[in-house]
Amino acid sequence: MSSAAEHDAAVPAILSEVNPAVLPRAALVGNNRSFSWITDKICGIIEEKTPRWWWICFGVACFVASFTVAGLIYLVGTGVGVWGHHNPINWAWDIVNFVFWIGIGHAGTLISAILCLLRQKWRTSINRAAEAMTIFAVVCAAIFPVFHVGRIWYAIMPGWLFPFPNQNVIWQNFRSPLEWDVFAVSTYGTVSVLFWYVGLIPDLAILRDRFYAAGKKTRAFFYGLFAMGWRGSNRHWSNYEMGYMILAGISTPLVLSVHTIVSFDFAVSLIPGWHTTIFPPYFVAGAIFSGFGMVLTLMLPLRAVYKLEDLITQYHIDCMCKITLATGTMVGYAYAMEFFIAWYGANPNEGFAFINRAFGHYWWAYWIMITCNVVTPQFFWFKSVRNNTTLVWVLSIFVNVGMWFERFVIIVTSLARDFLPSSWGYYSPSIVEIFTFFGTFGVFSVLFLLFIRFLPVMPMAEIKAVTPQADPHHH
Amino acid sequence: MSAQPHGLIATFDTAAEIYHAAEQVRDAGYRHWDCITPCPVHGLDGAMGVRRSIVPRFSLAGGITGFCAGMTMIWWTGAVDYQLTVGGKPLFSPMFAFPISYELTILFTAFATIFGIFATNFLPMHYHPVLKYDHIVRGLDDKFFVVVEARDPKFDTKATRALLEKIGGKHITELEA
Repeated sequence: MSSAAEHDAAVPAILSEVNPAVLPRAALVGNNRSFSWITDKICGIIEEKTPRWWWICFGVACFVASFTVAGLIYLVGTGVGVWGHHNPINWAWDIVNFVFWIGIGHAGTLISAILCLLRQKWRTSINRAAEAMTIFAVVCAAIFPVFHVGRIWYAIMPGWLFPFPNQNVIWQNFRSPLEWDVFAVSTYGTVSVLFWYVGLIPDLAILRDRFYAAGKKTRAFFYGLFAMGWRGSNRHWSNYEMGYMILAGISTPLVLSVHTIVSFDFAVSLIPGWHTTIFPPYFVAGAIFSGFGMVLTLMLPLRAVYKLEDLITQYHIDCMCKITLATGTMVGYAYAMEFFIAWYGANPNEGFAFINRAFGHYWWAYWIMITCNVVTPQFFWFKSVRNNTTLVWVLSIFVNVGMWFERFVIIVTSLARDFLPSSWGYYSPSIVEIFTFFGTFGVFSVLFLLFIRFLPVMPMAEIKAVTPQADPHHH
Repeated sequence: MSAQPHGLIATFDTAAEIYHAAEQVRDAGYRHWDCITPCPVHGLDGAMGVRRSIVPRFSLAGGITGFCAGMTMIWWTGAVDYQLTVGGKPLFSPMFAFPISYELTILFTAFATIFGIFATNFLPMHYHPVLKYDHIVRGLDDKFFVVVEARDPKFDTKATRALLEKIGGKHITELEA
C-alpha cells in the first residue's frame, strides 16, 4: 500500500464536509479608494499652497532649534566644562540624549525592514514617515557624540573617529565598544538614507510627471533628477523589488545590531548596573518601544491635519498600539529581571546599584520611568483606549518621556554610586545642556516639516500594491 | 516620412487586464517589450516571462567584500602597521573585530544592492521615449501600459497593432523614438 493511500485513510471523513469560515482581512485602504485617489491625495499635500499652520509650526520649530545652535556655539567657544558632568559622572545628558534619539530611530527601520520581511502589509502607509523620522532622529543623536569632544574639529577630522592615519600615526582602538558604535551608527544612518531614497524613487517619478504636466518645469526638473528616469517598467520593478527585499533583509540584522552595540557601550564596562548580559535585547526592545511612541506622536496629528483616515485606518493605529504594548511589556520584564539577577547573582555592588536606583537619590527618575514605560502601555490592552486617538497620542508622549528617563536612570544612577563611597557624586544638568537637548526637538521638527512639505509622506506605489485592485486575480 | 518609431503603446485599465495581455504578448514571441505599471503587480514577472533578478549577486559580492575589508583593516592596523597592546589583549582577534566587520558587511551590501538595482535597470536614464508619451502621467498613477518596441524582430506595425487590439489594448499609439 502506498504512503499516499495511507495518508488518505488517516484523514477523517468529516474533513471533506467541513467548510472553513473565511475571516475577512482588515482593509488597508479605507472606503475602497482608487489608485488615482491615492495619488491625488498624497501628491496634493505637496502641490497645494503652503498652509498657514505649516509656516507657524516651521517658525516655532526654527526658534526651538536655535537653542541647540546657541548651546553648541557656547560649548565649542568655551569648552566641555560648560556641561554639568564631573567626576564620577563623566557621562550624563550627552549620552542619555544620544541613546534616546538613536532609539527613536529604530521604529522606522523596524517598520520598513522587519515588518516588510514579515509581510505585514499595514506597514505601507506609515513606513515613509517612519523612515524619515529615523534619519532625522539619527541626525539629532549624532550631535551629542560629535560635540561631546568639545573641540568639534577633532571629531570630524580624519583619524579620530574613522580610521585614517592621524598625526601620531596611531590607529583607533578597535577593541573598544565606542569605536564599534562609530561604525554601527554611521552604517545605520547611511543605510537608512539609502533605503529611504530607494523607496522614494517611484514616487518622485510621479511628482516629476505631474509637475511637468502642470507646466512647473523647475520642480519637475528637481524631482526628475532624483527620480533617475524611473518609468514604472515592470522589468525595472522586478529588479527593484528584489533589491528592496534585500535591503529589508540586511536592515533587519542592522537595526538589531545597532542598539546591541549601543548597549555594549555600557555592558562591556564593569560598572554595577551596566555589566549585564540582558542589555542588548533589553535595549533593542526599549528602542522599538520608544520609536513606536514617536511614530504615534507624529502620525496622529499628520493624519488629522491632512485627513488621511482612509490611509492610516483604525487598524493601523491598533497595530501600532499593540506593538507598543508588547515592547513596553518586554521592557517591564527586563526591569524586573535586572532586579532578580542582581539578587540572584549575590554580588553586593550589583544588588546595591539596583536598590539605589529605586530608592536612592534618583528615586524620582526611576519611578517616572516605571510609570511611563510599564504602566502607560498597559492601557493599550483596551480597545476603547486604542479607538480614542487623542488618548493614544497623550499616552505616546508618556512613552517618549519614559524612555528618556530610562536612559537617564541607567547612565546616571550607576555612575553616581559605583564601588567606592569616596567616589560617589550627584549630577544635575547645566543650562547649556538643557538648551542643547531642548533644541534638538526643534531640529527634528524643522527636518520633519520640510519632509512633509517637499516629499510624499506615504509610499504611493507600495500602498497601491496592497489594495485589492493591484491583484491581477481580483474581479 | 518620419523616422523609425520607438514602438507601440497600448493602455489597459486594470491589473487583471495587463496580466492576461502580458501572457499573450509573451506567447506571441516578442522579446523587446515592456509593461508600465504604477506599482509592482503580483505575478506579472511570470506573465511576461521575466527571469529572476540578478541583483542578489551584487549584494553577495558587496557583503563578502565588506566583511573581508573590516577584518583586514583591523588586523592590518592593529597587528601589522602599529602594534599597540591595550589592556593586555591580543593584537588581533576575530572576536573584537567582529562587530565592525558585521556593520561593514551590511554597509557594503547596501551600496552593492543599490548599485545592482541601478545597473540592472540601466538607470539613471533621464530620456526615454516612453516618458514622452502624452498620457505617461497616468502610467504611474492608475493606468497600465504595454509597450512593444520597434527593434523587436517580430515587430510589424500592422500585425503588432492588431495583436494589441486583440488582447484588449486601448488608445494604441505610435511612440516617437
